[in-house]
This record gives sequence, structure tokens and C-alpha cells, in this order.
Amino acid sequence: MTGSLNVIGYGLATLGPAIGLGMLIGKALESMARQPEAAGMVRTTMFIGIAVVEALALLGFVLAFAL
Amino acid sequence: MTHVLAAAEWGGEFDGVLDDINALFDFPKFIDLGTWFGQDIGINRTIIIAWLMTALVGLLFVIAFRDPKLVPGKLQSALEMVIDFNRQIALDIIGPKGLKFVPMLTTFFVAIFALNIAKITPIFMLPPTGRMAWPLMFAVIAWLIYVGVGIQNQGLGGYFAGIAFPPGVPKALYIILTPIEIVSSLILRPFTLAIRLFANMAAGHILVVITLVTPWIFLSSARGWPIGVFGVVLGPLVFAFELFIIALQAYIFTMLTAVYIDSSMEAHH
Repeated sequence: MTGSLNVIGYGLATLGPAIGLGMLIGKALESMARQPEAAGMVRTTMFIGIAVVEALALLGFVLAFAL
Repeated sequence: MTHVLAAAEWGGEFDGVLDDINALFDFPKFIDLGTWFGQDIGINRTIIIAWLMTALVGLLFVIAFRDPKLVPGKLQSALEMVIDFNRQIALDIIGPKGLKFVPMLTTFFVAIFALNIAKITPIFMLPPTGRMAWPLMFAVIAWLIYVGVGIQNQGLGGYFAGIAFPPGVPKALYIILTPIEIVSSLILRPFTLAIRLFANMAAGHILVVITLVTPWIFLSSARGWPIGVFGVVLGPLVFAFELFIIALQAYIFTMLTAVYIDSSMEAHH
């Protein structure tokens, strides 16, 4: 069997952000359902949070090719 | 896998030995302009796509706003919606003081969207933002703007002191906090801004190429044709998903730039 260990590294690197994104979006949906009038603000903040969490997964993706 | 991808990207006639994914992004130069400042400068597919998309966007805006009407036509109202969208981002995140940044944010949004959409435009099929130079340049411009706004509003000393020593923290914690804050505000912010756009576009380009390669390889095979059919069915879905990612990345870049500008408008509380 041949292949690159980087791929496994990237697979591991997705786990943390995946859990983070799940919690983040779930909580955002929950609060949007509770307070529909605050949906706009929650959505904006959610996207900021997604951008920060996602950066970790993307770093993993770049490093899988770079190293 | 990379052999297959490269073969498809190069029109099926690629027979060189290739170990890395760069063949999907690095194209031979049409015109070689020689070596400038230690870099090989030339005109290749990426830069031509970038020029064409820039010309297209410029043309659209000139046609729409050359003779603006009070009751806008189709094109004008469509582009006014784009500008209004960015105005709303500035108002939501920075507040009324953010209105002067609307032209800059709109430029970011439209430029990134146009360069991204080349990824799923037939014939082009390559996002210039999938090369690190473009996202990095956008991020450096965003960095210059938010640091400039910070220095303008809080003074040179005030801005950097505000970053290095956030108020309301026990004195002893500054030993840990100061290096983290300096690195995160001045280095990690532009870096993640660039990496996020670049990695999304690079990954999307690879995904699109794989999706288009699958029917090309498997449809003609005797036993593997169901996989080719699967690829044909999957193609439109992948393109729709990529369109969503393209718009989302343009939005996130614009919005994070606004957030960073907002954070340097006034001192931390």
C-alpha cells in the first residue's frame, strides 16, 4: 500500500473544526428559532464564527499539500 | 490520482512525470517576460483569465452606471443590489461611520466574486484566486486599511498599545497575552484571510476537476460506466455547491475586513 501520510493528517485535522462547526451552527439555529427577530444579527455573528473555525480545517488542507 | 487530474486538465495528452498537484494551477507561459527581481515573470492562463474577468466587471459597472436613472433598469438595479448588500454589511458591523468604507468593501466583494466565478465559467475553469498571489494581495490591502484606520483614529502609540495591552486584564497576564495579541492581530489576521480564500478556491478547483474527469474516464470503460453516469449526475450538484462557496467566500472576506476595521475604529472597552 502506498500513499501519503499527509492525507491522514488532513483527515485528523478536519475532526476538530467539524465538531466546532456542528456546535456553532446548531447553537445559532437554536437561538434563531427562539428569537426570530434577532436572526439577522445571529447569522452575521455565526458567519464570523464559521470563518474563524474553518480557518483551522483549511490550514490542515494547505499543509497537507505543502509539507 | 494526480496523474489522472493532470492528464484531464492538459487535454488528455499529458505524458510527463508529475508528482504534485501544482500542475492543476501552474500553467506554461504564453509570453515569457524574463526574470524580474529574481522572479520568472510571464503571461499565462491565470493572468489572462484575471484580466478578462476584471474587464468584464469594469464593463458591466460602466454600462450600468454611465447614465444612472432614477427608476433603474435591469442591470442598474441588479448592481445597485450588490452595492446595497455591501452598504448593509458596513452599517451592521461598523455602524454609520462605516459608510465611507462601502466603495472599498464593494470593490473587495465584486473583485473576489468575479475572480472566483472563473472557477465554474466554461472555457476558463480556473480561479485566479486559487493562486496564492491574489488572496495574499487582497489580504495585504485589507491589512493596510485596518491598520491605517487604527492609527488614524487612535494615534500610532494608542493603536499599538491597545493591541498589545488590552485593558481590563490583570497585569501579570500580560506576559502571556501580549505576544498572543500582537501575533493574532497583526500577523494571523491577514494570513488567515488569505489562506481561507486560497484554500477554498484550490480545494474547489480540485473538486471540479475530479467531477469532470470522472465521466471522461469511466463512461467509455466497459465495466466502469455506472461510475461515469454517477459523475454526470453529480456534476450539476457540484457546480451549484461551488457557486454557493464562491458567493460565501466573497461575503466572508468582505465581512471580516469590516469586522477588522470596526475593531480598530475605537479602543477596546
